[in-house]
Amino acid sequence: MLEIRNLCAGVEGNPILKDLNLQVKAGEVHAIMGPNGSGKSTLAQVLAGRSEYEVTGGTVAFNGADLLDMKPEDRARAGLFLAFQYPVEIPGVNSTSFLKAALNECRKARGEQELDAVEFLALVKKKTKLLELDPALLGRSVNEGFSGGEKKRNEIFQMAVLEPRLAILDETDSGLDIDALKVVAGGVNKLRRPDNATLVITHYQRLLNYIVPDIVHVLMQGRIVKTGGKELALELEERGYDWLLETAASNGKP
Amino acid sequence: MDSTTDTIESFVKSEYKYGFVSDIETDSFAPGLNEDVVRRIWEKKGEPDFMLDWRLKAFRHWLTMTEPHWPNLHYPPIDYQAYIYYAAAKPKKKLGSMDEVDPETRATFEKLGISLNEQKRLSGVAVDAILDSASVATTFKEELGRQGIIFCSFNEAVKEHPDLVRKYLGTVVPANDNFFAALNSAVFSDGSFCYIPKGVRCPMELSTYFRINTAGAGQFERTLLVADEGSSVSYLEGCTAPMRDTNQLHAAVVELIALEGATIKYSTVQNWYPGDKEGKGGIYNFVTKRGKCAGRNSKISWTQVETGSAITWKYPSVMLLGDNSVGEFYSVALTNHRQQADTGTKMVHVGKNTSSTIVSKGISAGQGNNSYRGQVKVLKSAANARNYSQCDSLLLGDRCGAHTFPYIEVRNSTARVEHEASTSKIGEDQIFYCNQRGIATQDAINMIVNGYCKEVFKHLPMEFAVEAQKLLGVSLEGSVG
Repeated sequence: MLEIRNLCAGVEGNPILKDLNLQVKAGEVHAIMGPNGSGKSTLAQVLAGRSEYEVTGGTVAFNGADLLDMKPEDRARAGLFLAFQYPVEIPGVNSTSFLKAALNECRKARGEQELDAVEFLALVKKKTKLLELDPALLGRSVNEGFSGGEKKRNEIFQMAVLEPRLAILDETDSGLDIDALKVVAGGVNKLRRPDNATLVITHYQRLLNYIVPDIVHVLMQGRIVKTGGKELALELEERGYDWLLETAASNGKP
Repeated sequence: MDSTTDTIESFVKSEYKYGFVSDIETDSFAPGLNEDVVRRIWEKKGEPDFMLDWRLKAFRHWLTMTEPHWPNLHYPPIDYQAYIYYAAAKPKKKLGSMDEVDPETRATFEKLGISLNEQKRLSGVAVDAILDSASVATTFKEELGRQGIIFCSFNEAVKEHPDLVRKYLGTVVPANDNFFAALNSAVFSDGSFCYIPKGVRCPMELSTYFRINTAGAGQFERTLLVADEGSSVSYLEGCTAPMRDTNQLHAAVVELIALEGATIKYSTVQNWYPGDKEGKGGIYNFVTKRGKCAGRNSKISWTQVETGSAITWKYPSVMLLGDNSVGEFYSVALTNHRQQADTGTKMVHVGKNTSSTIVSKGISAGQGNNSYRGQVKVLKSAANARNYSQCDSLLLGDRCGAHTFPYIEVRNSTARVEHEASTSKIGEDQIFYCNQRGIATQDAINMIVNGYCKEVFKHLPMEFAVEAQKLLGVSLEGSVG
């Protein structure tokens, strides 16, 4: 589904991702872990197409298409979803109409009929239950005045409505208490299907108790330095990241 | 941050779609202004004698006045002698019915989406169409007449209802009120007049559509609207002009009078030609709009969407004389490219228990400069007066400006006055968030701007609200594919 080859990217001339390689297949859940500043969020933003990040090399294929050649909205319409680490507030724009516009853009791109208000509200009702989201939030402006937990829950709710092929969760666990974490993780698990995939970016192993990954990658100094099964996350929790520094350094040599 | 500016900037480059020029034969004066010109306008219009006195008084007073320079507007000096003060489509013959309107004139309004044909009209809207300085057609006169409603051109009113005109003309905006009002009083050639009799609720929206066509002509029209006791009316005003590289002058006066228990709702969508991207051409819009809540329990509500004009100088105000009277001002003002707007309102509380609401939404894009200027004045007599003001500014890009000049003057300790203000910016992160959900940048900007203006749009009559939303969309439209 997603094939990243030798991806190099940076911001304002500072290289952050250096020859990153990653392959995600349909039906898989991958976790990307790593210390602060290792490039985790950069990877998420580059995949979503944020223009501040400059791609200096490499390729990314998404379901066979050249992802880097697509505009951010086209990536979204093709089924790439980013659950933001810091979801932005958009005052004055009603959450429901925002999401309806988003869904209909995606449906249009897939050649499906757009949903009318009645059909859309029925869908929303179903999905709010999944995330235990207070429906009152949807009457408000996008993320405006939402608590940190509500914002994160709203991200996963949007994901539930949009049903992406590939969901990237960028530090979705940060700022969540344990109950909210369980709800969010539960939602993500319920959305797992053989034809979609999830990329979980996180700092801590905690989230991975609830969203169990098939594959765990360690991202350090802009590249994947180690890949393993779910037990790798536990090992990192115990040993930290320092022991991998050497690998990171040696991988850097030509 | 550069990319933010680039994205947003490419969005604010739009084209004005009403910029066509119609080839209509006009009867116009040579440029210039003096007493003789004033006299000739009066003659041309065939007005009663009292109007000549009124005009001349205004003109003589105007000569003693100087153009106000306190607004936050910058433009080269205006040569008032360079303008044409009278231009009217040459009548082929006296109009007997709508079908006899000059086809070219009719086509002009059709192009603007204004049908002068009553059969093809928008449901429930009566229109008075004004081209350059003269009213060309008023629809639905008969139907309105059955309820005693007078809705006609100003010129017709002054001839057929001279007593009504004489009674109310200049009672809200006196001829010597300010520089532009005095100029208008001296040279105005037409406009709309409307009278709603006691207890009548006007059954349809009344609408005036203004169009400047002739090059070098100033447009000076006057609207006088009287709502007698217990009546109510909703009035709409729309304006467009051709694209020309010289600046055209528009100095209008609107007077509203609400007697006891009467309600007037006045909505404007102003889309005069704003000039090109470099600021060449465009309309100089100097307008005095004021309403008087003369009777108890009366209400005047102004709603305006200002997207056009190179320069806007406009403060639709309400004088709250009657006890329990209500004044409202809801405004969206957009300045793009090099447009400048200094707009706001004045709420003068005189009667007891009077209340006023001000909601102003300024949007600045390109190198536009947007100022809100508002005054809330509570006189000693205005016990328990209430005011709530909210002034918001939205910036698109980093080369535009937003300013707020609120003046509050309270002379009664029982008054409650609230003022809230905010400035925000459409951020790259907001646009990216929308993009990431599949929404293209242009739609995202429209969505955010419309969301921001929602509070004002909801006060517009239905069809107008849709129109206003589209207009904002067009005004912000860009070339990013």
